[in-house]
Amino acid sequence: MSTVAQGNVIAVMGDFKDPNKVTAAAKGIHEAGFTKFDIHTPYPVHGLEKAMGMPKTSLPKFALAGALFGLASAFALQWWTGAFEYKLNIGGKPLFAPQFGTPVFFELTVLCCGLTVFFTMFGYLCRLPNWHSKYQYDAGFQAATDDNFCVVLEADDPRFTAETAQALLAKLGAADVRVVHEAIEQD
Amino acid sequence: MAMEAKEQVATATAGHTNGAALNGYHDSPSAKPVREPLVLGNKTIHQITEDICGVAEQKATPKFWAALLASMLVAGAGIGALTYTIAVGIGVWGLNNTIGWGWDITNFVFWVGIGHAGTLISAVLFLFRQKWRTAINRSAEAMTIFAVINAAVFVLTHTGRPWLDYWLLPYPNQMKMWVNFRSPLEWDVFAVSTYFTISLLFWFTGLVPDLASLRNRAKSKIAKAGYTIFSLGWTGSTRSWHHYEFAYLIFAGLSTPLVLSVHSIVSFDFAVSILPGWHTTIFPPYFVAGAIFSGFAMVLTLMLVAREILDLHDYITLKHIDNMNKIILATGMMVGYAYAMEFFIAWYSGNPYERFVFINRAKGDYAWSYWMMMTCNVFSPQFFWNAKLRRNVWFTFALSIVVNIGMWFERFTIISTSLHHGYLPSSWHYYSPTWVEITIFVGTFGLFMTFFLLFAKYLPIIALGEIKSIMPGAQPSHHHHDDHGEHGDYYHSGHYVDNEEAVKKA
Repeated sequence: MSTVAQGNVIAVMGDFKDPNKVTAAAKGIHEAGFTKFDIHTPYPVHGLEKAMGMPKTSLPKFALAGALFGLASAFALQWWTGAFEYKLNIGGKPLFAPQFGTPVFFELTVLCCGLTVFFTMFGYLCRLPNWHSKYQYDAGFQAATDDNFCVVLEADDPRFTAETAQALLAKLGAADVRVVHEAIEQD
Repeated sequence: MAMEAKEQVATATAGHTNGAALNGYHDSPSAKPVREPLVLGNKTIHQITEDICGVAEQKATPKFWAALLASMLVAGAGIGALTYTIAVGIGVWGLNNTIGWGWDITNFVFWVGIGHAGTLISAVLFLFRQKWRTAINRSAEAMTIFAVINAAVFVLTHTGRPWLDYWLLPYPNQMKMWVNFRSPLEWDVFAVSTYFTISLLFWFTGLVPDLASLRNRAKSKIAKAGYTIFSLGWTGSTRSWHHYEFAYLIFAGLSTPLVLSVHSIVSFDFAVSILPGWHTTIFPPYFVAGAIFSGFAMVLTLMLVAREILDLHDYITLKHIDNMNKIILATGMMVGYAYAMEFFIAWYSGNPYERFVFINRAKGDYAWSYWMMMTCNVFSPQFFWNAKLRRNVWFTFALSIVVNIGMWFERFTIISTSLHHGYLPSSWHYYSPTWVEITIFVGTFGLFMTFFLLFAKYLPIIALGEIKSIMPGAQPSHHHHDDHGEHGDYYHSGHYVDNEEAVKKA
């Protein structure tokens, strides 16, 4: 890529530096009825997701399912191999008993829960990996991994027009309110 | 701990009117200082990025290459000795019929134990909202992973035929055989592999946002590509943070019982046997306390070096060192209590074999090892009652090494003294390691340092996102402590205490 040409309008962005103002802005955008917007921050800002009107995460349900799956597999594995498929008498010990099964119950529960949380959180809920973001050429957007709170109002939103979005962000106190165009790579 | 909590609540209410400037040190000057700040030097959020990313971005110094080369040479020697062992067989070790576990299992238990501090810092201290952990959790977690790799080296080669190690796993096979779930050794397979996997996922999850910071700053093509791939395209989206924070909480919740289970299960390898000196119910808590004890000592050894070389004085402060030393003192005394209780039970049980083993520990062939352990683990940490010594970097560094030596001897004492004089006097024997075992052990330190140096050079050694989130003024000031039960507020709490702490600095 040598130059970047400008295509359609994809978003309006604005920057904040103050966690209080950005939280107020999130509330304002949510109350104005926008749904397709996001705020990129260098660290999780306390209560920002609530101000944006986000529902609770569904991750705990997946975690529970993963844990139960792990527990059930551990139970099935130890019972089926020891007491059914391969009965081996070792010092007269029972072929299956929950007492000796407990360590493996616990470990597989934790393992399956952890793997489920990891893959669900990144892969399903955060939609990652996604190595290209259409906003990635914007400096303010990039600075969100440093010290910038970058508010992005997406053009897909039914309420979006470049003018209303810019006016809203300006009213909420955003700095450097800007219209962001699609970047077209040219050689 | 309870007193501290009260103090936090008190300051939380007092400090909550502070302003919101990101470096809000100058706000609420009337408030009284309570604690030292977690990060020194009055830094802005941007400066933190500069400082931490700067470590990874600066050109590697000749000192770094020299250290890396030296570590790799030591690791290479260890790998050579390992290759020799695998090629010839474990007959090249000093083990004999009586003593079938020697340095191999000693080193396995030692390294697994080292790892425990990393998980304790990243998970247990997280759940207890100990915010000082943010400066050290990343490197402690990395240490955990490298330590478990080293532990795996021993446990996988001591089987004698490591190319058949996959037999340890339950999988359908043409021999129609299955593993024996009644054996604690099989539990160990599950415990250690789960521990490694979860630690790795936890560590990587923490790294993703910080790798994104490095990605956005990377100049060279290779660095950019590497950081891009591993940061998964993280953009700092609040819609992602929202799930991320919860995942982090779940990982902490999973790791906390996990870390307790791992060394408990390792101790079952001994406790479930019928050998006097091993067959005891105190082993699980005793092993866990010992693991945390030695792990914190190793964290300190590494941190104090990294703090000097990478100039992280503002992040890893005397307060951190003080706190870790307090944990060393506490766990050291737990270990001391366990030593005493073992002796008491040996006497109180009226079992002549138990009694013999313990008297033999203190007075027998391996008495030198026993007294080494007692001196290093029970007597030496007592110096940390003194606040000045807890804050003395050189003294802490020396003592952290002493503690690690002591903890190695603890494992050696438990294994050798119990085995060498068992029930049958005709089988009594003595064990000394050969050069092969010694070289492998020294080699694992080289491997450990190689991994750690590469980590310190190319990855963010301090958790950027986490340390930023606990800076004064980094969080909205309208939030109160009673919000904590609610969803999404787990990642950082009680930031007002920090604001308060900052005032002291100002």
